[in-house]
Amino acid sequence: MKHLRRPTVLIGAGLVGVWVLVALFAPFLAPFDPLKSLTPLASPGAPAPGGGTFWLGTDLLGRDILSRLIYGARPVVALSTLATLTAYTVGVSAGLLAGYYGRWIDTGLSFLANVILSFPVLVLYIVVIVALGPSPINVVIAVTFASAPAVFRIVRTIAADLKQRDFIAAAVIQGESAWRILFIEILPNATGPLTVDFCLRLGYTTIIIGALGFLGLGLPPPAPDWGGMVNEGRALAFAFPHLVIFPCLAISSLVLGLSLLADGLNEARDAQARGS
Amino acid sequence: MTFEPPILSVKSLSVALPPGADRPYAIHDISLDLRPAEILCIVGESGSGKSILSSTLMGALPRGLAIQSGGLKLHDQALGDIDLTAQSERAWRDIRGRRIAMIPQEPMAALNPSAKVGRQIEEVFAIHGRLAPQRRQRGARRAEAIRLIQEMHLPDPERIAASYPHQLSGGQCQRICIAMALALNPDVLIADEPTTALDVTSQAQVLKLICELRDVHRQAVLFITHDLGVVADIADRIAVMEKGRLVEIGSAQDILKRPAQAYTQALIAAVPSFEPKPRPPAPNVKPGHCLEVEGLSKTYGRTRALKPANLTVERATTLAVVGESGSGKSTLARLLVRLIEPSAGSALVNGHDLARLRGAALQHARRRIQMIFQDPFGSLNPRRSVGATIARAAELAGCTRQEAQNRAKTLLQRVGLSAAAYGRRPAAFSGGQRQRVGIARALAMRPDVLIADESVSALDVSVQAQVLNLLRELQLELGLTIVFITHDLRVAAQISDRVAVMRSGEIVELADTASVILHPQHPYTRALIGAAPGRGAI
Repeated sequence: MKHLRRPTVLIGAGLVGVWVLVALFAPFLAPFDPLKSLTPLASPGAPAPGGGTFWLGTDLLGRDILSRLIYGARPVVALSTLATLTAYTVGVSAGLLAGYYGRWIDTGLSFLANVILSFPVLVLYIVVIVALGPSPINVVIAVTFASAPAVFRIVRTIAADLKQRDFIAAAVIQGESAWRILFIEILPNATGPLTVDFCLRLGYTTIIIGALGFLGLGLPPPAPDWGGMVNEGRALAFAFPHLVIFPCLAISSLVLGLSLLADGLNEARDAQARGS
Repeated sequence: MTFEPPILSVKSLSVALPPGADRPYAIHDISLDLRPAEILCIVGESGSGKSILSSTLMGALPRGLAIQSGGLKLHDQALGDIDLTAQSERAWRDIRGRRIAMIPQEPMAALNPSAKVGRQIEEVFAIHGRLAPQRRQRGARRAEAIRLIQEMHLPDPERIAASYPHQLSGGQCQRICIAMALALNPDVLIADEPTTALDVTSQAQVLKLICELRDVHRQAVLFITHDLGVVADIADRIAVMEKGRLVEIGSAQDILKRPAQAYTQALIAAVPSFEPKPRPPAPNVKPGHCLEVEGLSKTYGRTRALKPANLTVERATTLAVVGESGSGKSTLARLLVRLIEPSAGSALVNGHDLARLRGAALQHARRRIQMIFQDPFGSLNPRRSVGATIARAAELAGCTRQEAQNRAKTLLQRVGLSAAAYGRRPAAFSGGQRQRVGIARALAMRPDVLIADESVSALDVSVQAQVLNLLRELQLELGLTIVFITHDLRVAAQISDRVAVMRSGEIVELADTASVILHPQHPYTRALIGAAPGRGAI
């Protein structure tokens, strides 16, 4: 545990933690209703008509940007976590099967994974969302479809390596069932690299959800959505930069937090492996 | 010979370990001299500091370690003494290879797999060519490499020089490594466990070659090993190390026949002797065959890993299966526990044919025959406590959770670990202790037959002796039938009732231990016994 006390982990976990808390307690933190039109295009720090301040200004329709950012954290945090978890469930199961059993299962699953990975990721998302229509569930499906193959590859390699170890042979000789060998003997030995990858992948997913929102393929309006906010403010970005800057900062701070966390965990793992 | 001035002298040399290690010094207060035309053997068990000593002599200490105190001098007739402790990294590059050269432990890993071995020898000249008296040209380098290969007694030097490492055997690769070490005619040759990774027959050839270097080239050799048999064969003088200290140093005769220190005496006593021991049969065992193997074979495509094998093992006795690498002995072991599918034949354990069962019936029958593995590091799940590992085996054998935990605790004590070890993970144990955990795990299933696949070859001799005694006690106590796979004839002589000798996937000889060791019938068995190191001496 002492390896986890390093600045990258602490700062990363801090940034991520703040956004998770913001998402959880949005109704208590947001000063205004995120959907209510008040004063259009107020500058940051301008006083609100009914008392209070628009700390980050308002958008074209007069909605408070700070409140929209706070509420916008909810779909991003919830969706990216849910989508990454789903991608992991699919990727880990398929990877364990392919790595452990090898032969045609491996050939088939690896072929499928390579086919999916050969498409540009963003194009893949757009194709899936356009085919299924924009909705939270479809975002999860799209992310799973595009991310699971990468998770599959990692797990497959680790499982194929671990199955050569004698402790797996010992489990086989003892008459242990196949699913116990996969999930109880092999999987716990893969958690190190998977934890790091999970944090990184959460970051990618956050970016992707932002990008989908920007392209109008995220949450249907008028729900607050970081990527969608950037898109709405795009035309007026030169005159009113606050429309774009703050949602961008929100996205990058969350992604940065996740990347730092992943880096830190990776360093901690190396340090632990070196035994220092 | 004793009057010749030493070529390398080490004076009260100490290398400190970083704080937090299990002892303050990696090596402490080591003094020894190495003379020309002498083989000095450094003997010690794992953790004795012998490898740190060799890296110190090569100026290649691992990061974080440094010479604390003491002197290290190389004597040169022309230049006088060279103080090795005061050399820069740049100067060391000239010393390594030209003055002090090393023979590695793993020849296959030491050679570049993508370059022909002849080129790799030539490269040694090329790298140091800047320093050679006359610039060596490509053709001259090539001729020199061929000459060296010839000197290593390798057949058809031209063909060998044009081969890649994977096309050569381990013994041939090691001889190439020796040729590379000798290329620049060094003053001192350091050999760190150079034959540990080799089969006995190749080991015998490499040892003969090293003796020849001493006799013909008057080469000074520092030979580091854990194997007292090898030491008895080649050493002029012996230095015994324990926990970083020099226990004693003296002539080979003195150390082997009249060891002064208790540690040395214990080390020599732990070496299994060639004399087969009388083995009283286990009491209260109904006679009969516990394991019957008929026509068991395995082929991979056109390769026959195991030709149809027939053997039977009496209940509560031990069969040793002896062979070199590639002899098919591990294939036989893995077929017996059905880790791999047999191509043909049957293996009956107490009348149940394990080779023909499927599904749930197979999973149930499996516990009758259990295995102890070679690598004590890979055979335990690193993420699970050893107690949980053993208890899980007991549960699979039909115990309730509570019974399983109790059985695991009892077994841990039975194999000589404390019940407190239950909650610890494998990383907290030494190799010998892990091997005991492996034995406890196998026993938790209450098997009829135990297959031990090279189960003591990764262990130090003293630990090896303990594990072998433990297996014998358990055999007498529980009436276990044991199939013991080993490359070491000495171990086989000590622990088995019968011996099967394997070569190229075939059992060439199968008889009582005493008759195989004392009156071998097959020429290969005779060659194997002849090649075993230290015969007669210990």
